[in-house]
Amino acid sequence: MAESEVLLEVERSPLAATMMVNMGPQHPSTHGVLRLVLTLDGERVVEAKPDIGYLHTGMEKLAEHKKYQHVITITDRTDYLNAMGNNLGYVLAVEKMLGVEIPPRAQVIRVLMAELQRIASHLVWIGTHGLDLGAMSLFFYAFAEREKILQLFEAVSGGRLTPSYLRIGGVMADLPDGFTARVLDFCREFPRALDEFDKLLTNNPIFRMRTEGVGRLSAEDAIRWGVTGPSLRASGVPYDLRRVHPYSGYETYDFEVATRTEGDVYARYLVRVQEMRESLKIIRQAVEKLPPGPVKCDDPRVSLPPREKMLTQMDALIYHFLLTAEGIKVPPGEVYVAVESPRGELGYYIVSDGGPRPYRVHIRAPSFANVQALPLMVRGQLIADVVAVIASIDIVLGEIDR
Amino acid sequence: MKSRMEVQDTQRDIFEQRFGPHILEVKEQWGELTLVLAREALVSLCETLRDDPAFDYKMLVDICGVDRGVGADPRFEVVYHLYSFTHRHRLRLKVRVSEDEVVPTVTGIWPNANWYEREVYDMFGVRFEGHPELRRLLMPDDWEGHPLRKDYPLQGYRG
Repeated sequence: MAESEVLLEVERSPLAATMMVNMGPQHPSTHGVLRLVLTLDGERVVEAKPDIGYLHTGMEKLAEHKKYQHVITITDRTDYLNAMGNNLGYVLAVEKMLGVEIPPRAQVIRVLMAELQRIASHLVWIGTHGLDLGAMSLFFYAFAEREKILQLFEAVSGGRLTPSYLRIGGVMADLPDGFTARVLDFCREFPRALDEFDKLLTNNPIFRMRTEGVGRLSAEDAIRWGVTGPSLRASGVPYDLRRVHPYSGYETYDFEVATRTEGDVYARYLVRVQEMRESLKIIRQAVEKLPPGPVKCDDPRVSLPPREKMLTQMDALIYHFLLTAEGIKVPPGEVYVAVESPRGELGYYIVSDGGPRPYRVHIRAPSFANVQALPLMVRGQLIADVVAVIASIDIVLGEIDR
Repeated sequence: MKSRMEVQDTQRDIFEQRFGPHILEVKEQWGELTLVLAREALVSLCETLRDDPAFDYKMLVDICGVDRGVGADPRFEVVYHLYSFTHRHRLRLKVRVSEDEVVPTVTGIWPNANWYEREVYDMFGVRFEGHPELRRLLMPDDWEGHPLRKDYPLQGYRG
């Protein structure tokens, strides 16, 4: 039934059993500017209709007007909790079209950053999830830990929320001195914080009552609705792109794909908490295997020549000029490349017409698919549970609306 | 487990044998398989792709539009990305459509097509026949024009 029809029906009969409530777009627990039109029968949710678009900024349109290397900064701003992961998906897609080889050191650095970002993103999720359900102290602990990761990002790129650190052909710059030691410090301290979160939530009877059996999603429905990421794995489908279709050398790392079978809010919680531990494992392995060498490929089609050469050699100067003035020439064609973001399958569909600007960039945002399945999860639940369910699918409106 | 390219070759063969007349074009570039389909056959083909164990594309990953340019005929492409868990294979389908034609909806096959098709309608003005609720998704309801069309200015219409 269209929204206007629901309205009409309620208007026609003032004593109708159902009531319509607008939740959002300005509501602290909608994690951004999501609006839900809830039809309620008492406190039970009869129907929920998500309404999106409040954060639409036309990023896909903008990308058509930027050169390939400049689109990286736009990807930062789609899912703003997963900037490194967005960079990665985008540069992998462009690199696939160009067929450039990435030096091994850059590959490992990319994985390292993507996993740090995953932990940072999950920390925002666990903090706000706790906050939504009344566990306020957790929020401060989680954000204190996230701060450490953002400081690491700041050290490598100068940016915290929008680092734009990855480049087509490698990464922006090598790791600063003492960086790996700082990462290892984090790896040493973080498990203690995770144990503390465990104590605060995992066996907390109030938290369990609010989450167990709430917002169930069956594996079949999840697939039918295109739900991916932790929300799909919590329903028993071990689909993790890092394992199923490895990229950036993920096949060489030893980690488990966290899965549960219950498919409720609590299962999604357990999956993400375990994912943070698995990400730590990957980070440790990445630091261990970090090979020496360059961090950008020397392919003249995508990388600026070293400054020394540019100032002394004519051909290097020409390459430098062409790359800066004209941009990267990508052969015509189309690709779809997907990476595992903290929220699920993040895909970039890029169409090239051979010019220096992408002809079309479409971002397959995991939250977009996940929030479309929200009505399924909240139907028949209490209105207070809607808050728990929204938090459990960990949506970011920036990538839903783009 | 068969390798990805082996799966792709097998899939490609079955497509060509079984759906030959409905496939306008088969493309393989950078290891990705694309089928350009006749619009009339889209729904029945998609149903087979989802239900037949030889394909088993249970998940509709994404739908998006592409404007091929103001002068192009047909002007628009609607691009579908499918995924099969059993074959671990991705497939891209395409239909081409001009401004005054409609594309049959696939919401009856994959319910999540609902928002994707609305987005394509919103951004390109491509209409989907049989869609339960074809209205704008991201832009306001009273918005004029379709922002991702190539003739839509980057900063919008002023005045």
